[in-house]
Amino acid sequence: MKHVNAVIVGAGAGGGIVAKELAEAGFSVVVLERGRWLTAYDCRKDDLRNQRTTVLGNGTGPDDERHPRVVVELDGRERIVRPSEPGYNNNAACVGGGTLTYGAMAWRFMERDFRMRSSYGCPEGSTLEDWPVSYQDLEPYYEKAEYELGVSGDVTPDPFHAPRRKPLPMPPLSPTREHEILKPAAERLGWHPFDIPMLRNSVPYGGRPACMRCRWCVGFVCEVNAKNGTQNTVLPRALATGHCELRTECVAKEILVDARGRATGVAYFDARDRLQTQTADLVVVSCAAIESARLLLNSKSRLFPNGIGNRYDWVGRNLQGHSYCGAVGLFEQVTYDDVGPGASIAICDFNHGNPGLRGGAMLANEFIRLPYQFLGRMPPEVPRWGKAHKDFVRQFYRRSIMVQGPVQEMPVFDARVELDPKVKDYWGIPVARLSGRKHPHTLEICRFIAERAEAWLKQAGAIRTWKRIPGPGLSGGQHQAGTCRMGNDPKSSVVDRYCRVHEMENVYVVDGSVHVTNGGFNPVLTIMALAYWASEHLVREWRGRRGRG
Amino acid sequence: MSKNAHPRRRFLRAASGAALAPLAGCGGRSGPWRFFTAEEAEAVIALCEQIIPADEDPGATEAGVIHYIDRHLTGHFRRWQPVYRRGLAELDRLCRQQHGERFARLPFARQTAVLEGLTGEGKEFFNLVVEHAMQGFYGDPRHGGNRDAVSWRMLGVPLVPVRGRQHYDLTGSGGGA
Repeated sequence: MKHVNAVIVGAGAGGGIVAKELAEAGFSVVVLERGRWLTAYDCRKDDLRNQRTTVLGNGTGPDDERHPRVVVELDGRERIVRPSEPGYNNNAACVGGGTLTYGAMAWRFMERDFRMRSSYGCPEGSTLEDWPVSYQDLEPYYEKAEYELGVSGDVTPDPFHAPRRKPLPMPPLSPTREHEILKPAAERLGWHPFDIPMLRNSVPYGGRPACMRCRWCVGFVCEVNAKNGTQNTVLPRALATGHCELRTECVAKEILVDARGRATGVAYFDARDRLQTQTADLVVVSCAAIESARLLLNSKSRLFPNGIGNRYDWVGRNLQGHSYCGAVGLFEQVTYDDVGPGASIAICDFNHGNPGLRGGAMLANEFIRLPYQFLGRMPPEVPRWGKAHKDFVRQFYRRSIMVQGPVQEMPVFDARVELDPKVKDYWGIPVARLSGRKHPHTLEICRFIAERAEAWLKQAGAIRTWKRIPGPGLSGGQHQAGTCRMGNDPKSSVVDRYCRVHEMENVYVVDGSVHVTNGGFNPVLTIMALAYWASEHLVREWRGRRGRG
Repeated sequence: MSKNAHPRRRFLRAASGAALAPLAGCGGRSGPWRFFTAEEAEAVIALCEQIIPADEDPGATEAGVIHYIDRHLTGHFRRWQPVYRRGLAELDRLCRQQHGERFARLPFARQTAVLEGLTGEGKEFFNLVVEHAMQGFYGDPRHGGNRDAVSWRMLGVPLVPVRGRQHYDLTGSGGGA
């Protein structure tokens, strides 16, 4: 197989951008993606089989048959979990990764999100730390992501947003009924509501049309291509250069390392399960926090017996997602207008500066709940079955609003990804084994944020409200992060500030794995900004050094 | 909206029921079901009707929830086959012991009382049926339940549009619905 300059494992938020940046700079690139290139026609508005609701399987992979994981419960029990089951902490396995089906909120982190330890001090039992990069470092790359992929919204009414040079490239979508109910209520509370920035076209942009406002948004592939992921923006541009080849249904086995400790390429199983080797000058790992850690840990060699980047046992540590919490309110009036995507209005009044708490969360109204999803949003006193259950659904399906937010978690060293010593996947590769729990302070923040959500709904006229607070178990899922921490000290981190693995000259991790902390926001725009930041460095470092390819 | 306002829909429903008849005896099956025996099916229909009873809107029976469960027990739910087989047998055994008759034959109110009194494994099995029944009633009709989208009609949710992307107006802004 022809040698290339770069092999990228994973065609999601991070890998897609690196592919485009390197290919446009003239590098020869191969992208290995374990999933397929799915379109709206492979995932047709199926409310029981999509990225979010998986009772009949994962809509965008991975399949249940070949990709098990092991989960260690809080009581120490171990169980083998299939990808569509709770606890697996799935993201997706397809071209575009999570960006194919996400809700597409496009948040920039705030300045303090990069300085959590120096802002608040580290609580006992946490590995809370500052990032080795600042918001100012990343600002131009946030902007680049917003403009190259396309973001709509309006953050100007939000006094808390970090300084930015340019406005968002597209205006917000018109407000929904929920938006119109919640906005004056927030203002009466003295808060600062605004239109959520979203990687979604509100007007034609990038050669693709505007959102048609359907209710099958989060969890689904956009039928009209108005949702901007890497699969319909940067990846096509990477392929158009003629320097980039995307190989789908290719499962990476390990990163290969020579006797001098340099990576030589990636061993992988192709779509017909044949073991292949792709040699390259440099290797970029972009498989999301759980699978990226697994790939590094599986890359054992004489020089790196514990896996790549793992000399000091930091690979797989600090697994975090977001502790989603909030409240649901029932209303006398009809709140449902069937205008997608649903999520529309947010506040950032409680991301920072909450008394006695380290950080907080953005709060926003939730995406449209499809009828089956609504059953998971019912108050505890309603019976689980029978006429009373049906009466409740009938009465309140169109009269409820849910407000929630992603609480920034206190990283925990023992919340982690390891290799399971026994269980292997279909190809014989040791699988990820997940264990750990949330830090107690994270749950304190959740209680505070849920109260704010409840207060908002009450102010909006809700006749009954109840809070939703997560349990103490591990979180990861779509927002998984933290397992290959970025830092200046090789003894307490995995990659440097440009996403290069400390002890390796030519291995980079570019995805949420490198996040030191995960912000009180959906993390994707930060993953994208980091991918542009790391790519610029990669091009600068490697332009003169790369081999023939 | 009265159900009688849709004679065509009722006709289609009857026709789709009739279409099942020739399948009986095919492929080694003794009835219209992929997994259930005739007696098991009666019990599942009764269970689901308890979970989502008919009132001014259709319940689980009319929504064909059993078709959802039966179909997926030979597909994605395959691993729950033994749970259903054992759970249904246990439920009938319990009913015969306490009331001298299998579950499906008990009056509605007595069925409710039996279900409310379940404990341990029996309750776990019932919880699984509740989960599946809700999926079959509120989920997409393509999966075998929610016949004629009865639950979506009940909630006033517009049905999935059957249209290709060429039918959308993609020239304007995303302002309107």
